[in-house]
Amino acid sequence: MTALGILLVLALLLVVFGLLFRLQILTSIFSGSTTREVGVSNRVNAILFIVFMIVGGAAFAWSFVDNFDKMNPPIASVHGHATERMFWTTMIILGIVFTLTHILLFVYSYKYQHKEGRRAFFFPHNNKIEIIWTLIPAVVMAGLVFAGWKEWSRITGPAPKDAVVLEVMGKQFNWLVRYPGRDQKLGMVNYRLIDATNEFGFDLSDQSGLDDFVAPEIHVPKGHPVLLRIRSRDVLHAVYMPHFRVQMYAVPGMPTKFWFTPTKSTDEMRAQTGNPKFNYELACNQICGRGHFAMKLNIVVDEPDDYVAWFSQQKSFSEQNPDVLASFKQKTNKLASKEAAIPAAAVVPAAKASL
Amino acid sequence: MAANLPNQAQVQGGAGVTEPGISHNEHTHHDEHHEQGFLSKYVFSTDHKTIAKQFLITGMLWAIVGGTLSSLFRLQLGWPESTFEWLQPVLGKWIEAGKLNPEFYLALVTMHGTIMVFFVLTAGLSGTFSNFLIPLQIGARDMASGFMNMLSYWFFFISSVIMFVSLFIETGPAAAGWTIYPPLSALPQAIPGSGAGMTLWLVSMALFIVSQLLGGVNYITTVINLRTQGMSMSKLPLTIWAFFLTAILGLLAFPVLFSAALLLIFDRSFGTSFFLSDIYIAGQALPNTGGSPILFQHLFWFLGHPEVYIVIMPAMGMVSEILATNSRKPIFGYRAMIGSLLGISLLSFVVWAHHMFVTGMNPFLGSVFMFLTLIIAVPSAVKTFNWLATLWRGNIRFTAAMLFSIGFVSLFIAGGLTGIVLGNAALDIQMHNTYFVVAHFHLVMGSSAFFGLFAGVYHWFPKMFGRHLDEKLGYVHFWLTFLGVYLVFLPMHYVGIAGFPRRYYAWTGFDTFSQFANLNKFISVAAILAFFAQFVFVFNFFYSIFRGRRASENPWRSTTLEWTTPVVPGHGNWPGAIPAVHRWPYDYSKPGAADDFIPQNVPYSQTQSSNLPYEKEME
Repeated sequence: MTALGILLVLALLLVVFGLLFRLQILTSIFSGSTTREVGVSNRVNAILFIVFMIVGGAAFAWSFVDNFDKMNPPIASVHGHATERMFWTTMIILGIVFTLTHILLFVYSYKYQHKEGRRAFFFPHNNKIEIIWTLIPAVVMAGLVFAGWKEWSRITGPAPKDAVVLEVMGKQFNWLVRYPGRDQKLGMVNYRLIDATNEFGFDLSDQSGLDDFVAPEIHVPKGHPVLLRIRSRDVLHAVYMPHFRVQMYAVPGMPTKFWFTPTKSTDEMRAQTGNPKFNYELACNQICGRGHFAMKLNIVVDEPDDYVAWFSQQKSFSEQNPDVLASFKQKTNKLASKEAAIPAAAVVPAAKASL
Repeated sequence: MAANLPNQAQVQGGAGVTEPGISHNEHTHHDEHHEQGFLSKYVFSTDHKTIAKQFLITGMLWAIVGGTLSSLFRLQLGWPESTFEWLQPVLGKWIEAGKLNPEFYLALVTMHGTIMVFFVLTAGLSGTFSNFLIPLQIGARDMASGFMNMLSYWFFFISSVIMFVSLFIETGPAAAGWTIYPPLSALPQAIPGSGAGMTLWLVSMALFIVSQLLGGVNYITTVINLRTQGMSMSKLPLTIWAFFLTAILGLLAFPVLFSAALLLIFDRSFGTSFFLSDIYIAGQALPNTGGSPILFQHLFWFLGHPEVYIVIMPAMGMVSEILATNSRKPIFGYRAMIGSLLGISLLSFVVWAHHMFVTGMNPFLGSVFMFLTLIIAVPSAVKTFNWLATLWRGNIRFTAAMLFSIGFVSLFIAGGLTGIVLGNAALDIQMHNTYFVVAHFHLVMGSSAFFGLFAGVYHWFPKMFGRHLDEKLGYVHFWLTFLGVYLVFLPMHYVGIAGFPRRYYAWTGFDTFSQFANLNKFISVAAILAFFAQFVFVFNFFYSIFRGRRASENPWRSTTLEWTTPVVPGHGNWPGAIPAVHRWPYDYSKPGAADDFIPQNVPYSQTQSSNLPYEKEME
C-alpha cells in the first residue's frame, strides 16, 4: 500500500514537472526569448557562478576545517612525519592554485557576461605570457619533484643492518606473521610444502628456519628500525599501515620489502588519542576477493624491553609442530645447540643501547 | 562507398584551384540520391553522422547502466549495517539474508569502472564526436572508409552485448577490479567472477579493442588525407587536433592491452605462467612458476595511462572550441594549445608506472616515473591558463554547452591538482589505492570528461538533429550536476586522506576507518541524487529530437565548417561544393569586421576592413 502511494506521488510529481516544462516553453515563446540571442537567463547563470563560488567556497572551507582532525590518522613513524609535512605543504600550494584559478574562472564568467553592444577583446595570443605561465609551473614542479625524490630515496633506501626483521604473508583472507627467531635469519620456505598446519610452507631441512616462529599479531620495538619482508601465497594483497605511512604490495612469486621506524608505542598512542582501545591496524589495500575488506592484523608497538620479553617467550614453529619437523628428519639434532647459542637480548642490541 | 568518392575528387583536383568553393565535377554523385532502406540508413549505416549517433545513444545507455551500478554500491557504502531486502526483486541471489553479497559488491565496482572508462568515456565520447565532427570540421564528405567506420560501431556493439550479458550469468560478472590484476583475475578459485564472467570480459574487451583500432585508423587517415582545400594542419579546429592525437594514442596503446589480455587468456585457459607464480590456493599448490603479476600491471598501465588522456583529450578539444565560440573570442594561444596537446600525448606514454610506485617495482624506476609524471602537469597547466585567458574580456553567452565547458575547466583543475600529490612517489605510499585516488580520477577524468561530453551534445545537437535541446532544462541539468559532483567528490578527499582503502565492502571492521560513517552517507545521498539528475538530460535528449525548438544553420554564430552545412546535413554533408578554407577557426570579434565572427570559409578578400597586416598579402 505504501509502495503504491509512493509510486502515485512520484507519478504526480512527474506530471507536475511535465506541465511546468511545457509552461516554461510557452512563456519563453511568448516573451520572445527564443528569438533573442541572449536572454535574462544569461544574467542568472552569471550570478549563479558567483553564488556558487561564495557559498560553495565557504561550505568547502567549513567542512574542511570541521573534518580536519578526523582526516589525519595519527602518525607513528619517522618517515611518516616527513611525508606528512610534505603532503600538507603540497596541499597548501595546490589550495592556493585552486583558489586563485577558481576565483578567476567564476569572476571572469560573471564580469564578462554578455552585454549588448560590447565587443570581446580580440586577443589571440601572447608568447611572453605563455612562456611565463609555462615556466612558473615548471619551477614549482621541479621543486616538488626534488623534495619528493629525496624523501622517496630515503624511504626506499636499504634498511639499516640492525633492523628487526619480520615477514608478513598475505593469503585469502588473513595475514600470517613470521619472525626469524634468534638467529635473525628467516628460514627457507616453499609454496609446495604449504598445508593446513604448515601455512608458511616451512622447509625445515633449512637450519635457519628451525627457530622461526609465527605470531598472531605483529610486535615491533619502539624507536628501532623494522624491516618488513612481504609475501603473498595466492593473489595480490597490499600491506597498508596508515599510522606508519607504510604501504607495499604482497606479490605471489616476488617478495617485496619496506622498512620504517615506529616512534610511538601502542600505550603512548592510547594516551595521546584518549582511546584506551586504540590499536595500530594493518589493512589489505589491493583487491583480493570476498574477504578483502576484513583482512585486518593488529600491530603492537612495544617498549624495547617489553618487545624483548615478548620475543623471548615465543616458541618456534618447529617446536610447536614436532610432526612437521619429523617429516624433515635430517639434521634435527643440531637444533638444541643452536638455540642456546644466541641470547634473546641480542635481537635488539640497538634498542638496548639506547635505553 | 559513394560518399567518399567525391571527396577524393575534391582533394585531387583541389591543389591547382585557387577560387574558393568553386566546384569541379564532384557533384554528379549527389544528385543520384538513391533511396536507402531502413536498415542501411539507420542500422548498418556507413554515414559518419549516423554512426556518431549510434555511438552516442549506446554510450548513453551504458552510462545509465554504469550509474545504476554505482548507486547500488553507494547504498552499501553509505549504509553498511542496513539490509537491502527491497533490492531482492532486482538482484535476486546477490542479496543473501538481506545483505549484499561482498563478491557481487566487487563485481559492481569492477563493472562500473569498465563500463564508464571504456564504453562510455572512450566509445561514447570519442566515438561520437570524432565520428561526427572530423568530416564536418575538416570539410570531408565522410570518413576515409565508411565501411570500416560501420564495422567499428558494430564491433563495439557486439562487445557491448557480451559485456552486458556477463552481468547476468550464474557466477557473476568480472569482479577483480577494472584493472583486472592477475592472479585474482586468472583464478576462478580466488573469486567466482574470475570464471565465466572474466572470460566474457576478456572476449568483450578484445572486440572493443578491434572497434577502437578500426575507428582510430579511420580518424587518423581522414584527418591526414581528406582535409578540404586550404585546411592546413595549422588551421584545424582544436577539436580535430584533439581527436587526431587521441586516435594516435589509442592506436599505439590499445594493442598493448590486447597483448595483456591475450597472455591472460593463455594463463587462464592454456596453462601458461606469464603472470602466475608460487601460488597455493583453495588447498592446492598450482604448478605455475616464473611468471610475474607485475608484468601484467606494466602492460595494463601502458594502455591504462594513455587511456585517461584518450578520455580527456576529446573533451579538452571540444571545450576549447565551445569556450571560444561562446566567449566570442579567439581561443587564447592556439599554437600553445596544440603544443600542450602534443606534449600531453607524448608524455602520456612515459608515465604509466606511477600507478605502481608501491608494487615492489625498483625504487629507482619510481623516481624516474615521478619526474616524468610531474612534468605532465606543465602542459595541463598551460591549457588551463589559456582557457581562463579566453574568458578574459570576452562577451560570454551562457548556453548550456558553455556552462558545461566552464564546469569542465573547474573540475579539471580540482581533479588535476591532486594528481600532483599522487604523482609524488613519497606521498603516494600513503595515498595509493585510497579514496583520495578515487576522488582524484573521478574529478579529473570521470566527471570532467562527462562534462565535455555534455557540452559537446548541447553544442552540436542542432547539427545532429536539426533541433535545439531545451536550454532551461540544460541549465537545471548543469547546476544539479555541477553541485552534485562537488558534493560527492570533495568530501571523498577527506575520506581518502584519512586512508580509507578503495574497493572495501565496508570499513566497519577497522577502528582506523570508522570515523566517517556520516560523511559516507552524505556522499552516497549526493551521488544518487546527482545520478537521478541525469534523467533530466535523458528526457531532454529524446524529447528534443522530436519536439525541440528548430535550429538554424549556424545557431551559435560559429566559424567552423560544420556550420556551413544545411540544418541537417545529408549524405555527403554539403549539397554543393565543399567549401574551401582561408583562415584559422577562431576569428571572433575581430576589430573592423562587421560581425563578431568570420567563418573559416570566408576569404581575406572579403574582409579587407578587418585584415591584420600580415593577412593583407593574402587578400
